[in-house]
Amino acid sequence: MLKGVAASPGIEIGKVYILQKPVIEINQNSITPEKIPLELKRLINALEVSKSQLAKIRDRAEKELGAEKARIFEAHLMILEDAVLLDAFTDMIKTQHITAENALTRVINEYVETFEAMPDEYLRERAADIKDIGERLVKNVLGIPIQSLTDLSEEVIIIAKDLTPSDTAQLNKEKVIAFAADMGGPTSHTAIMARSLEIPAVVGLGDFSLQAKDGDTVIIDGNKGAVILNPGEEDLQKYRKLRYDYQQYIKELKELKELPAVTADQLRRVEMSANIGTPKDCEGANANGAEGVGLYRTEFLYMDRSSLPSEEEQYEAYKAAVEAMAPNPVIIRTLDIGGDKKLPYLDMPDELNPFLGWRAIRMCLDRTEILKAQLKAILRAGCHGRVRIMYPMISGVHEVRRANAILNEAREELEREGKAYDLNVQVGIMIEIPSAAITADILAKEVDFFSIGTNDLIQYTLAVDRMNERISCLYEPLHPAVLRLIKNVIDASHRAGIWTGMCGEMAGDPQATPILLGMGLDEFSMSASSIPRVKEIIRSLTYPQAQDLARQALALENPDEIRKLALSLEQTL
Amino acid sequence: MIKKEIVITNKTGLHARPAAQFVQTAGKFKSSIQLIKDDKTMNAKSIVSVLSGGIGKGTKLTMVTDGEDEEAALETLAELIESNFDE
Repeated sequence: MLKGVAASPGIEIGKVYILQKPVIEINQNSITPEKIPLELKRLINALEVSKSQLAKIRDRAEKELGAEKARIFEAHLMILEDAVLLDAFTDMIKTQHITAENALTRVINEYVETFEAMPDEYLRERAADIKDIGERLVKNVLGIPIQSLTDLSEEVIIIAKDLTPSDTAQLNKEKVIAFAADMGGPTSHTAIMARSLEIPAVVGLGDFSLQAKDGDTVIIDGNKGAVILNPGEEDLQKYRKLRYDYQQYIKELKELKELPAVTADQLRRVEMSANIGTPKDCEGANANGAEGVGLYRTEFLYMDRSSLPSEEEQYEAYKAAVEAMAPNPVIIRTLDIGGDKKLPYLDMPDELNPFLGWRAIRMCLDRTEILKAQLKAILRAGCHGRVRIMYPMISGVHEVRRANAILNEAREELEREGKAYDLNVQVGIMIEIPSAAITADILAKEVDFFSIGTNDLIQYTLAVDRMNERISCLYEPLHPAVLRLIKNVIDASHRAGIWTGMCGEMAGDPQATPILLGMGLDEFSMSASSIPRVKEIIRSLTYPQAQDLARQALALENPDEIRKLALSLEQTL
Repeated sequence: MIKKEIVITNKTGLHARPAAQFVQTAGKFKSSIQLIKDDKTMNAKSIVSVLSGGIGKGTKLTMVTDGEDEEAALETLAELIESNFDE
């Protein structure tokens, strides 16, 4: 077995097809000055031929892989039209008196070396793009045909020293069931392409392509990043089973995606949502069957820049997320910055106790212009789907009322400006401070929903800084105090006729799922990849079973017992 | 000839799509446009030149434009960089 880099998940067993890269001999002799115009003409010809080949590859990639993936060939075409590169080629021919292929190779190698020496991984991998283009140009100068992977007659596993992006884009998914390459890393184009083709791939395998021959049998384990050449009967059997299990798992995930998060007895239906940081995350949310966004952290819009984002810029970002999730709702949390997360362009003082300091809604209620611009952007984005507003770090009712007053000002301003906005936006608060959890009955009168932020709620309730390693064992989501607060919040919300979600890490913790379900939590919001597992647990329980478990958990005295109870149930599922 | 100090603030830096967008925008102007990072000079109209500069987030650059539309070029490209390429 040979270990490499897991580039694309899945397991396949099949016949080897070696992708040959002919070694091209470059004539190093100098040419006479009168041959220079001819060499220049050969160069220009090769550039033109390459451009038309790449345009075809781009079109094919666009059809098979989507516009996003086709973009790299757009970049290749740009490189072929690059004036600096063209000058370098022609200068080399003119001043060194060498052939076009020789000049191309020398200039390309120079750039490949420059890129390979870069500290940034992304740029290092661009060396592969330059090499890909260079090889194409040299072959076209010399009239060497370029091996095509489009017309394979049987199912194969491609093994190559390096798969260039243009090779990968031409792979026929019907015939190429997996591939392995000597070169490449997890973020190389090759890996990205393999993932979008959804075929298993392992890269970074040393000299594997020299060990394998056409017709050999090979196992590709794209989950673990391993390959086995000419496996024995034992390995074959083992991997046939692994392949089957994996295919079943993917099938189940896909089936689960379409199913609701409802208990086995159909008595209780909850909502599964995803936490996102940027509109791009909506793709993963939808792929995992999220029924909405339970927490859109807007902080990224404000970070890594030198001034506040404009209302317009925010509107565009929120609109993108709202459109991606429509008709499902997106809960947008207003700016949660301060404490340890600072913005260089806001004058934020150093604090002795940042987590108990001037942060989130506290800062926004002092700098109301920041909050108002954000609220206006959210209200406007509501026209493109469904949005909900959520204020973070609420400690008492006065903050909710003041924030809502600013929300009203935002509506009035939009009205005056004649901008379209959503008239029926639900407004909720995060419950992450114990005072808010304890007075949930009071707060419930002011809002449409609660969302429990367990990370901070646990930290504040237990007085534990979970980043502090010496006391991290005290950070206990299943502490009776935490469970009682959660129960109090859910009950208070239901009595007031509103609903409660949870967007902290606890919502995605399979051990906590049955207890939270039993306590009556209405919405679970977590990182998208956790959704299938949590949904599976909910679908396997009856509601009375979960309620019973929650009652038992609430009656226990210490977290260890509660954990044991949760585990015992998990094992029977 | 005019110049301006700029700081790259977008997440990916002048790589990938932002680099392509920057070079394509630069290509629309007649003036020569250069980016100077420490002792290295890059041609803003060349994708390989810009990429080989390894311009990551936080890089400080001097942008120099020279030609009949030098002011428009400097302003447009500085704005593009300040907009963080909509990342």
